[in-house]
Amino acid sequence: MTGLPPSIEQWFSSRDWALHPHQRAMLDAADHPATLLIAPTGGGKTMAGFLPTLADLTTAPHPGLHTLYISPLKALAADIKRNLRTPVEEIGLDIRIEDRTGDTPASRKKRQRADPPHILLTTPESLALLISYEDAPRMFAGLKRVIVDEIHALAESKRGDQLMLALSRLQTLCPDLRRVGLSATVQDPKAIAALLARHPDPCEILIADPGPVPDIAMLQTREPPPWAGGGAAYAIPAVLDRIRTHKTTLIFHNTRAQAEIFFHNLWLANSEGLPIGIHHGSLDRQQRQRVEAAMVRGELRAIVCTGSLDLGIDWGDVDLVIQIGAPKNVKRLVQRIGRANHRYNAPSKALLVPANRFEVVECVAALEAATAGDLDGEPRGQGPQDVLCQHILIAACAAPFRADDLFAEVTTAGAYADLTRAEFDRCLDFTATGGYALRAYDRWQRLRQGPDGRWHLRDPRSAQRIRMNIGTIQDTDTLKVRLKRNRVGKPLGEVEEAFAATLTPGDTFLIGGQIVRYDGLRDMTVEVTRDAGRTPRIATFSGTKFATSTQLSARILELFAQPHWPQLPEHTRDWLALQKRMSRLPERDRLLIESFPHDGREHVCVYGFAGRNAQQTLGLLLTKRMEDLGLHPLGFVATDYATLIWGLDPVLDASALLDARSLRDGLKGWLDGNAVMKRTFRASATIAGLIERNTPSARKSGRQATFSSDILYDTLQKYDPDHLMLDITRTEALRGLVDFHRIEEMLQRVGPRLDLLRLPRITPLAAPLLLEVGKVPVKGTAEERLLAEETRRLMELSGLQEVNRVASPA
Amino acid sequence: MSQAPPDPPKAPPCAPQARQTGEDPGIEHAFSLAGASLVALGSGALWWPEHRLLCVSDLHLGKSVRLAKLGGSALPPYDSRETLSRLSDDIDRTGAAMVICLGDSFDDLESAAGLPDPELRRISRLQAGRRWIWIEGNHDPGPVSLGGMHLGELTVGPLTFRHIADPAASAEVSGHFHPKVHLRMRGHSLSRPAFLLDDRRLVLPAYGSFTGGLRSTDRSLTELMRPGALALLTGPTVLAVPMPR
Repeated sequence: MTGLPPSIEQWFSSRDWALHPHQRAMLDAADHPATLLIAPTGGGKTMAGFLPTLADLTTAPHPGLHTLYISPLKALAADIKRNLRTPVEEIGLDIRIEDRTGDTPASRKKRQRADPPHILLTTPESLALLISYEDAPRMFAGLKRVIVDEIHALAESKRGDQLMLALSRLQTLCPDLRRVGLSATVQDPKAIAALLARHPDPCEILIADPGPVPDIAMLQTREPPPWAGGGAAYAIPAVLDRIRTHKTTLIFHNTRAQAEIFFHNLWLANSEGLPIGIHHGSLDRQQRQRVEAAMVRGELRAIVCTGSLDLGIDWGDVDLVIQIGAPKNVKRLVQRIGRANHRYNAPSKALLVPANRFEVVECVAALEAATAGDLDGEPRGQGPQDVLCQHILIAACAAPFRADDLFAEVTTAGAYADLTRAEFDRCLDFTATGGYALRAYDRWQRLRQGPDGRWHLRDPRSAQRIRMNIGTIQDTDTLKVRLKRNRVGKPLGEVEEAFAATLTPGDTFLIGGQIVRYDGLRDMTVEVTRDAGRTPRIATFSGTKFATSTQLSARILELFAQPHWPQLPEHTRDWLALQKRMSRLPERDRLLIESFPHDGREHVCVYGFAGRNAQQTLGLLLTKRMEDLGLHPLGFVATDYATLIWGLDPVLDASALLDARSLRDGLKGWLDGNAVMKRTFRASATIAGLIERNTPSARKSGRQATFSSDILYDTLQKYDPDHLMLDITRTEALRGLVDFHRIEEMLQRVGPRLDLLRLPRITPLAAPLLLEVGKVPVKGTAEERLLAEETRRLMELSGLQEVNRVASPA
Repeated sequence: MSQAPPDPPKAPPCAPQARQTGEDPGIEHAFSLAGASLVALGSGALWWPEHRLLCVSDLHLGKSVRLAKLGGSALPPYDSRETLSRLSDDIDRTGAAMVICLGDSFDDLESAAGLPDPELRRISRLQAGRRWIWIEGNHDPGPVSLGGMHLGELTVGPLTFRHIADPAASAEVSGHFHPKVHLRMRGHSLSRPAFLLDDRRLVLPAYGSFTGGLRSTDRSLTELMRPGALALLTGPTVLAVPMPR
């Protein structure tokens, strides 16, 4: 199938277009079982993926589904549909192209199953749902190609694992299925190729010309960034200047809350009334679509956005990308920058805006890494078993299966190639019985083995519940926000349930760029009224918080080690110099620990540079050690570079505190009772089908789900500590939220070189930590001691001591 | 307190205080109400040595069963098991001859009926050899099909035990509100279930696992309790503070 049919050739030449070499190479590779294309944004990557399909459909009409296109974003699927229809219509091809996502109307979804289009554009979740139907073999009959777009993004998440398991199923239904992956530049293409291909098929890797070197710099402002926080409000005038001098600017933020606040401030300063929009995952779909459409029409000068715009949507004429806040990860930065200047041969232009003083250092380090092409990446390890459990349930919904067959099938997915039969059987047993502690409860006995040896749903009606809970995205539970007087109208967006719970009537917050007043909760909807006059309370939808990567952290420490810092702005140079004078700067092969009194309490600051999650874990482990050592810790706060702990007694000996073995032992005991574990458990238990977020009767509220998952967790912990779900949770937590491997890596790196400095007062580097949000209280003996002190004080103060006859303790 | 409290016992960090079986029973707090010498236990139970009487309130047995019906997700009734374990410990430790469950012992009548057999057997074992009184609550208004005596209220010596406080009454022991106390100390804040005590009445904290609480600053409590009321915080050590209003 090499070469293009004449009609497509003509269309190309009529537009004066020539095929890119990688597009040609993709045509040549059309018959390979698996091909991975690595190309920069704007390099005609998607067209390269679809050309073989168009060529094939032009020469040989095909009844039914020919090509399945999967992207991580719904918006991307819609975008591709638009972009693909133009050539198809202009060439005059008789090809039906449709998308199918959670937003597709039910009637169309139904029709798509009965009469599938030639090209179906969808997401991993919608595909998982499709393969759960009994009619999946009919719908996918004759499928020839599957294109996985933005596979680099999927490869890092459970969504990718679920997708690859779904592909293993499709491959059984359609043995000749060809797989194509489209990826942005990554550090390790081979790892992605191994995920894409059916194990152990080979996968060809095509690498396109990466295009010109991007033009990235840090935004210089007259005013220095603040000491802490993530708002970057100080940079608003400078950012407005840039918007004015560019055609279209994308302004990326790390969290939704930050995007909201920034957008609000930008509007207040936007005296010329430049058309600026906002786009993030909490906004209502219609509102997002409106912004997307306005963007495509070129009507917006800037869009304030989050990762929901990260992936390769064709944004037309974006000529500047601004990243607010340190990028945390060089790879993501480079991929974001690729968004700018969507023409293949023009360099991308990007600006980094540090949100606080420390981020200045991080931005400079990230710039240096991006220029050097030093991308970060951590290997992910074996595919997670909670996703496998869900896949087993999905398989059972579609049809009864033999364990041998399903095991053989799932181990063709790269991430599960090393899965042992024992591990598989354990997952199967869990989906069948719920596991030892839960075996008495009907609801968790989902599967039964029939006399013919095949596994099937114990109750066919449970298929509906299973389908309602398909997916691996664990967004925090959210509530819709709606104007009170507009009950039938469209919602303004969504806020996290935890945030909604903190609101009292009269409170104001930001959503979709407007200030609203909270009136009350009605039928699980937050009712609000517009309120332009007040200073808003911040909408704290948490969004995703990323940990600074190992590579970037190492670069920051290297930067600290320089004798001078010509690449840093003066205010930051002065800050670091002051730290050097008053204490010391952290070094790569040593561990700096500062101990000082402040504000009536003792503080200890550990500069581990292990990333937010690991520093958080370190905080939990160290406070436990301090509790054991009688140092009465009260709480801690962690950032990407340090953990600050406060308590009643000073830390004077570092080696007792930071002994690797006691930390590791502490981890074992501590992990079980920990809130991070409970959060991880909740996510995994939901994926594996132990907890249902959606039921046919009603959607469970987040707090109910938290409540029940916490009880379940405690229950299993107590009565069945070897339960599969607890094993999964531990594995997950260790590489995700707990990130213990980075603590190990840090302890190994520094060895015995611990520098404990006892200082008279708080240091320049530690001070911003006190301003950080997310302080974690420690409930231990310090609390009892404080409580005893406080109750004694209150009793004396009130004179109640004398009034009440109180006997001494028994 | 006439003397400094002794050092509290070591507790693991992040552990819920005195909510679990087998944990240190805590250091108790003795006081008197209408001439009766009473002891508040760290577990949230009230002990009256003179009558060998143990009183607990708001057990909410079967709460998870009821939530399951509402929320659609069945949870094992381990919360009931947990609550009964703690009650069993308190009975063993005090050697109580009489137990008063001060209302809302069950989440509703249905959950009383739906309590699994092991829990029902456990209740029977606890009842053996002692007087057992179920006071009616607002969640479990009628008699339930379990052993023990069912009463609207009960008077023992000078004290009257009822579920919901009667503002006009005195010498009264009640429950219902699940009172808890929130304190801020040196930038650190915490919240504990607490007994509320003034010269006329005692309000018990909820004894059941997984029950929520009502802050002492809530109007229903500040209006009920007289000036000078104390809050006795449950936990490893029972500590008295002026009731935060």
